Amino acid sequence: MDITGRKLFVKALQEEGVDTIFAYPGGMVTDLVDELYKQEGIRVVLPRHEQALIHEAEGYARATGKVGVCLVTSGPGATNTITGIADAHYDSVPLVIFTGQVPQNLIGNDAFQEVDIVGMTRSITKYGVTVQDRKDLGKTIKMAFHIARTGKPGPVLIDIPKNLQTQTGSAVYPEHVDIRGYKPNETVHIGQLKKAYKMLKQAKQPLILAGGGVNIAGAGQLLTEFAEKMNVPVVTTIMGKGSIPTDHPLYIGNSGMHGRFSANKAVSECDVLFSIGTRFNDRITGDLNEFAPKAKIVHLDIDAASISRNVVVDVPLTADAKIALERLVEYAEPKNTEKWLAKIAAWDAENPLEMRRDKGMSPQMIMESINEVFPKGIVVTDVGQHQMWATQYIDMPVGKKMITSGGLGTMGFGFPAAIGAKLGAPEQDVVCITGDGGMQMNMQEMATAICEHAPITVCILNNYYLGMVRQMQQLFYGKRYEITCLRRQVGCPDNCKGPNKACPPYVPDFVKWAESYGAKAIRVTEESQIMEALQEAKANTKTTTVIEFMIATDELVLPMVKSGNPMSEMILK
Amino acid sequence: MTMKNRWIALYVENQVGVLAKVSGLFSGKAYNLQSLTVGTTEHEDVSRMTICVTSDDITFEQIKKQLNCMVEVIKVMDLTNVPLHMKEILYAKVKGIDAGQKAEVFQIAQVFNVNNGNVKVADIGEDSILLECTLTEHRNNDLIALLKKKFKHVEIVRGGAVAVEAISTSCR
Ligand SMILES: Cc1ncc(C[n+]2csc(CCOP(=O)(O)OP(=O)(O)O)c2C)c(N)n1
Ligand SMILES: [Mg+2]
Repeated sequence: MDITGRKLFVKALQEEGVDTIFAYPGGMVTDLVDELYKQEGIRVVLPRHEQALIHEAEGYARATGKVGVCLVTSGPGATNTITGIADAHYDSVPLVIFTGQVPQNLIGNDAFQEVDIVGMTRSITKYGVTVQDRKDLGKTIKMAFHIARTGKPGPVLIDIPKNLQTQTGSAVYPEHVDIRGYKPNETVHIGQLKKAYKMLKQAKQPLILAGGGVNIAGAGQLLTEFAEKMNVPVVTTIMGKGSIPTDHPLYIGNSGMHGRFSANKAVSECDVLFSIGTRFNDRITGDLNEFAPKAKIVHLDIDAASISRNVVVDVPLTADAKIALERLVEYAEPKNTEKWLAKIAAWDAENPLEMRRDKGMSPQMIMESINEVFPKGIVVTDVGQHQMWATQYIDMPVGKKMITSGGLGTMGFGFPAAIGAKLGAPEQDVVCITGDGGMQMNMQEMATAICEHAPITVCILNNYYLGMVRQMQQLFYGKRYEITCLRRQVGCPDNCKGPNKACPPYVPDFVKWAESYGAKAIRVTEESQIMEALQEAKANTKTTTVIEFMIATDELVLPMVKSGNPMSEMILK
Repeated sequence: MTMKNRWIALYVENQVGVLAKVSGLFSGKAYNLQSLTVGTTEHEDVSRMTICVTSDDITFEQIKKQLNCMVEVIKVMDLTNVPLHMKEILYAKVKGIDAGQKAEVFQIAQVFNVNNGNVKVADIGEDSILLECTLTEHRNNDLIALLKKKFKHVEIVRGGAVAVEAISTSCR
């Protein structure tokens, strides 16, 4: 028997095992929304903005490993999703985004709320298509889920014209699709793998660099085992953090722009760099000519296109991290790396990763308390200084997860992603670490957090500034703080160098704001209040808790490598 | 690193938006696209593109990989070092010429017409001539250069090259 497109849509979601959909209504999806009303089993979440909707789906997907499913209307609903889709694209997050489209007879007419969303998102989706024919609907949705979650995961956008939603056609939702141009790599070239292994085996100063691909593949345990069997130290990118427990004796720290001194030093001095699941972007390499100058490089990644793109590679290996590591663990034989490890330890002792402890509450203290109160669960960050402090100081024991916007660095990501993570993993504690700037980019989502009963702990590190940019102005632009003070208003002096008595107290008052939604809110001004506030937040399982930490405005993220400089040129103080 | 022209034959799904996606890759990633032609193959759901890019070795490898990533791309063939038959269609309209100059255009057409029929006079008017040329891109370039040097008003319409692998390997 034939059914309508809208019925097939819901049937498809059910057959894909979708349990949550993030949806915002509008004229071109009212039929689909109506069909969601009639079903049970799929939770329909209403965010308060489509950008946040995508971040929520991302948080859900990153927390659960499942596909995040989204539904928005045409035109502005669709364009609002673009930032989030780009974010998901750069961090390889599996999403399926359904957009409503104007009826086919209106496409091309500049109809009300018509935009070419497939065209607009072509370079930031793994696949995108406007369904042209009712008979293709089932197959297209099947393709979308298949493409989103296999290979290197990513966002897929399916645009469904309104008339196809009500048109009847086949009720069949296919079990398989065969896409002749899409065959994700499910093997590993054994010859190359052995060559890579041999190179590592023979190295005197070997180093493993683990990126986000290791976490996405769920290969952290294998990586740890491999490193242990061979005694090879490990550095991570921020996306790879947690792939090996941070308290593991072989773990050095993050490498890259704000990486640990010893980690970057190890990259500069190693003779074999065995990299897994990273695309070597500029935040990791700095000046490419001086990146890992002494090393032969093995590059293992699922994406052939990211191999040999930025750095010259000695052994390229296209494979899923898990499949490759399963083999590598079999090969692994112990190596003596004592001298090398001692060298690294000495570098670390020379320049340990730590912040001042002399004058009041520091971000490090906040992170350490978060580690203590939330030893497990999920930590989600926004983008800025607070993100870097989180990636530097948050401990990652086995099973703990960190979710951050790495590739795109999207301010406004943290709060909605944390809500999505909680909705996906309600049994886990979710802590969001955000800034006063980024918080204001999606603060409307407090309504979602409250209404969907997503009790999370939101730690706002309030430094009154867009701190990350302010840091650059402080270090490289003669302290000309143009448009980075979040309290600046008409009448402020032109050459303001920092907070003073004339500043207004709060813009906004985050405590009053949170309370106005029915959330719990705590303001922390001193070190002595940190632990109690976090414990209170953890105990509050009814509503979201906002903790506003009043930190110093002039705190810096250190060490730092200036953008474009070699990794060996770290600013330490 | 040496920049040179390189050739790709690309088999893609014959669907809406695929051409935009492929060409968008070249503009979005600042690859230097020289020409791109597209047409359906013997299978109506498959199109074949002939693409020429100017790039160094590393970028060219990257371009092939990026193309391979696309779901709609069925096959990427590097034609750079493959024996090929390759031709481009070119229309050259020479305008505002007198009888003597017309004779000159005929002469040029004859010289370029090495293998019979590759350059022909497709149309003629009182003071203008239309040439239709099916030559290699290089020969077309030469012809255009010559016409432009000799005559004031030359209108050029060219189609971009299409290529097919040779049957006998001695061809090039
Ligand atoms: C959407 C977006 N706009 C601008 C930026 C550039 N940017 C990066 S960090 C930052 C400041 C963030 O300020 P805040 O949220 O207060 O965090 P802080 O750095 O102070 O910890 C800005 C403006 C960005 N990453 N994303
Ligand atoms: Mg700030």
